[in-house]
This record gives sequence, C-alpha cells and structure tokens, in this order.
Amino acid sequence: MSGIGAMVDGHGVLVCCGAGGVGKTTTAAALGVAAALRGRVACVVTVDPARRLADSLGESQVKDDPVEITGPWPGQLFAVMLDAKTTFDALVERYSSNASQAQRILDNRIYANLASVLSGTQEYMATEKLFELHEEGSYDLVVVDTPPTRHALDFLDAPHRLESFLDNRIFRALIAPTGSYLRAAHAASQLLVRSIARVTGAEIVDDTIAFFQAFQGMEKGFRDRAARVDALLSEDTTGFVLVAAPRADAIGDASWFAAELSRRQQRIAALIVNRVHPDFGPPVRDLLAKSNGGRAWSALTENLTELGQVARREQASYAELVAALAPAPTVGVPLFDSDVHDVEGLLGVVRHLLD
Amino acid sequence: MDVAGFLRRSNVLVVSGKGGVGKTTVAAALARLAARAGLDVLLVALDDPGRMGELFSYGGEFSYDDVVLVEGELQNDGVNKGSVPGRIRARVLTSDAALLDYLDTHGLKRVTARLVRAGALDVVATAIPGIRSVLVLGKIRQLEESKTADLIVVDAPATGHAFSFLSSAGGLAEAARGGPLHAQAEQVAAMVTDPTRLEVVVVTIPEEMPVNEAVETAFRLEDEIGIALGPVLVNACYPALDDLEEDPERAAEEAGVIDADPEVLARLGRAAEFRRGRQALQEAEIARLKQQLPLERIQLPYLFVESIGEKEVLTLSDALAIGIMALP
Repeated sequence: MSGIGAMVDGHGVLVCCGAGGVGKTTTAAALGVAAALRGRVACVVTVDPARRLADSLGESQVKDDPVEITGPWPGQLFAVMLDAKTTFDALVERYSSNASQAQRILDNRIYANLASVLSGTQEYMATEKLFELHEEGSYDLVVVDTPPTRHALDFLDAPHRLESFLDNRIFRALIAPTGSYLRAAHAASQLLVRSIARVTGAEIVDDTIAFFQAFQGMEKGFRDRAARVDALLSEDTTGFVLVAAPRADAIGDASWFAAELSRRQQRIAALIVNRVHPDFGPPVRDLLAKSNGGRAWSALTENLTELGQVARREQASYAELVAALAPAPTVGVPLFDSDVHDVEGLLGVVRHLLD
Repeated sequence: MDVAGFLRRSNVLVVSGKGGVGKTTVAAALARLAARAGLDVLLVALDDPGRMGELFSYGGEFSYDDVVLVEGELQNDGVNKGSVPGRIRARVLTSDAALLDYLDTHGLKRVTARLVRAGALDVVATAIPGIRSVLVLGKIRQLEESKTADLIVVDAPATGHAFSFLSSAGGLAEAARGGPLHAQAEQVAAMVTDPTRLEVVVVTIPEEMPVNEAVETAFRLEDEIGIALGPVLVNACYPALDDLEEDPERAAEEAGVIDADPEVLARLGRAAEFRRGRQALQEAEIARLKQQLPLERIQLPYLFVESIGEKEVLTLSDALAIGIMALP
C-alpha cells in the first residue's frame, strides 16, 4: 500500500505543485481517477494540459465548466480546464456594485492584460476555481493542477497579489485626492505619472488610471474572498502533493517548496516522482572480467551497468527529500513507453500510485 | 561545417526548449565549445541562473553585471581591452532589473526608487504587456551592439514562453505608437529578425511531448516572427548499444562464463529489453522530428553518470563539435 489510496479518501482538496515538465497535469488527472475508482466524486482542475490529454478528458469542448468523464469506476470524475479570463470576469461581475461598473472594468485595456501579464493571476484564478468548486459542495474531492511556475508559492500568494496591486499607493492617490496629505500625495503622484507617460505614451497611463477608478469599492470583496481561500487552504483536509521528476533541478524545486509549505504550516500529503527509470540491480562488472569478452555478453553487462548508474543518480536525487517528508508517502511512477493520452493511460498510472 | 564558422554566423544564440530537456546544460556546452573555438563568450540567463554555477564549477554569485566563469587565454590586464579568446562570462538578467535600468537611462533615475517602493513596477508592466520581455531583449541588444563579446548565448525561457518572449517587440511596437519605448521595441525587432545578429536553437529530447513542442515552436518562431533557426539539438539520446538481442544465457556461454547466476541472467535480460524498447522509441521520435521539421539535427548523448557537472558539459561540447562538423 502506497498510502495514496488513504490520501485520496481522506482529503477534500489536493493541490499538485512542482516545476514545469514533470507531469503535474497527468498526476492531477490520475489522482482524480484514483478517487473515482475508490467510489468518490472527484473534480480535477487543469491549467494547461497537453492537447491529446485534454481531448481525452473531454475538455476541448467546454472551458471553465466541469465535464463528466466516464470510465470503469464506481464513483464519478469531472474535469474542468481553467480559463483564467473567464473566471476573473465572473469574479468582477460578482463583486461589482452594478452592471455598468462591471462593464467598465471588462472593457478596460489594462484589465484585459491582467490575466495574461500580471504574474500570479493564473495562480490566483486556479485558487478561485478551486474555492468555487469546493463551495459548490457537489464534489468529495477537488484536485487542482497549479500553473507551471518558477515561483510555486505564487499559488499561495496570488490572492493577495491582486490586493496589493489594487492598493497601489501612487494610483490610489491619483484617483482619491481628499484631505491635505492626500492632496500632496496626489500632486507627487501626478508628477510621477507624467514622467512615466513621457516614456510610455499618455494613452497607457490614462487607461491605467481608468482601471483603478473602475475597481474602486471592490477591494473589500476581493480581500474577504482571499481570506476565505486562505482558510480553505489551511484546512486539515487540504493537502499539497509535490510532483517532481528524478532530476536534481526538479527535486531542488520540490525541496524548496516543501520547506516553504512547512514554514507556513501547510500539509504535504505526498511526493510523487514521475518518469523513474527501473532499477535492474547492482552492476556485474566482475562477471565481465571472468569472460573472454564475447560481444553480446559485453553489451548486456555494460547496459546493466549504465542503467544502474541512471537508477542510482535518480534515487540519490530524491533520497533526502523522501526522508524529510516521511511519514508522508513517496511514490515513484516509472517511465512509460509513451505519453499518457487517455483514460486507459491514466489507469496505468493509477495502478502504480495505488500499489 | 566548421565549428568556429557555425558559432560566428550570428552574434546572439538563443537556446530554447521545454522544461526538463537540459536547456541550461546545452547552453553551457555551446558556450564551452565557442570558448574552445577561441571566441569571447557571454552567457546570459534570464531571471534565474538555475544550475549554471555547478556546470562551470563556479561557487560565486551571479548578478545583472558580468561575472567570469572561465578565464580566457589572455588575462585582461587593462592594456588588452579587446576580446579575450576562450573567456566565458555570465550574467543574469531579471526583468525588474532591466526595467529599472531602462527607466534610469531614460531620465527617470530619480523616480525609479519610488516606483519600486510603491509597487508601481507591476502596474507599469501590466499596463504595457511585453514590456518586461522587450526590456530584457533590449539589454541583450545593447550588449550585442557594444560588441562586449564575440558570442552571446542566451538560456531562454522554456518554450511556450519563448515565443511570447521573442515576439514581444513586434506587439509592443504596435501598442506604444511613439516615444522612446516604441523606438526600443523597433530596435529589438530589428535584431530578432536579422539572421546575422540572432539565431535560435531549439533543444528537445527524443520523446513525444518534447518533440511536439519543438516542432510547434520552431514553426511559430520562423513563420510568425521571422526568426532564423539553427539545427535542432536532440539531447539525451541513448547511445546505440548493439548486440542486446542475444539471450543472456547463450551470451554467457559464448563469452566463456560458466557459472553465471540465473538471477543475474534474468536481470541482464530485463535490462536489455528495457533498453531495446527505449532505443526503438527514441528512433521513432527522431524519425518523426525529421519528417515534421525541415531542419538539421544534432544528437547529443544521454550521459550515464551520477551527476552532471563541468566534466559532463565538456563531454557534451565535444559531441556538439562532432555534430556541427557533420552538418552540410
């Protein structure tokens, strides 16, 4: 028993995180399948799945709305592909005081850039989607695949990132000049903004000011919601799943993230290492020495030696992290002959996860 | 093709590839090869040096300014100000530093500190999408024009981001219709689309998703931006090991090994089967790459070692040299 079965049974929220290219999306989908196999109702939020996996999960038709994936399981599995812009639009509509305020924001050029440019916005929308699905109450387990990010903590910080963006002093001083202190701040800000405009052109500055004006009054709604998202992420039934590949850089990222999570007293539920080379045991160099050097025998023994070196390099790369995370389980998923594109492939991954 | 000629055909070589394909290691190997061919090399990492230090046995810090990773043949004694053959320097360009650098040099020196304190950098960068990329590329362009090195090797952001990074200048030139920023974007666009100034090499590994991404990125870079592409560098190829077909028991007999443990024979058999499978898969992926992407390819070997460091980078630079010489 790997402990992964107990993990999907015992959690309401699982957040998969890790460096880019380590198979996070596949792992998130496989955890959803594992939960469905164990009779639970699971929903997987993916961020940027490879096209063929997305197709097989039925996600190419509908963005931002859960679609049921059928398969040989007693439970139910849903998948939703995050569309940061759509999720953000819905938030704006929810917290604006009226339809015209919402429209002013949605039409603003700076707002249109937010989702694609402000670092952390994708992460923010992933937490938002997670929160929304959890609040809905239709799912026993929500698994979320975080965006590939060099700064994995953006996921935790993201809701507050927008807050501080909206709280920006310079622009706030520009749009709310009341009181003598603020009037002074207003004048200073105007000077600054004029300097920026010299470089960027006035149009961009005007759009920015209009953006902050349009957002006025909505900060509290966003702040309250961010606090509730924080609370959900700190619950006992929320766990973080570290996903890594057996390479020094990917394990380095995972270790750093593990340290940060424990510093923030977040729970690490498991470490999943994808694409692990099989270990065929110790080298047999002495046998080669005993032989008269037949070509086939040399090739066979050399191959075993080389693959053994790879296996040991990989094991060494994560041994320390495994020890540091115990008793949280670690599972190695072997290198497959092809990428995982469909439910069949996911079931293959799940077999290893639940072993 | 002659190695030095290959490395001198453009001033900037951008190394791009999906996460996990060994992009940083290959960038380091290209820098090593260029230095060995007598060039003065500047290696540029974006945002984060990653494992760059280990790859050069360099224990110091990286910064926005040059640090020396490998001393050249001629020590820079203050007299010899020109290029130093064989030298490798490195710097890490972060977009925040590039933005501040830009504002500093455009008459906003006095306000930049306030901009940072007030968190306005994010606001500026959001208001002007692409500005971060353009300013980082602008810094690279400035380094290129000042001829600070014979070759600038850039360890680019992972593909997916590489396209938006390199296409940023075109978009920004349209968005900011006048002023210094517009001029900056146009200058960057001119460098990016001039094959004598900038070339992109895509790094991949012989597996399905990395090959798909390499093909897609290469086409977009060429068709949508007009960037010159060098050969695709196919990293981590298992060196062909023939004679793995033989049944281990028979191979043992032929080699005069009489008392081989059946457990060992079984392990040899399983390991050979695994390797044959991986080799077949790899050949199929390389064939697919060849069919879908009309670019030359250089294969770099998978390294069967316990860790990748300076020695392994030199091994890869040898393999690169052989691959370049074999190019038409």
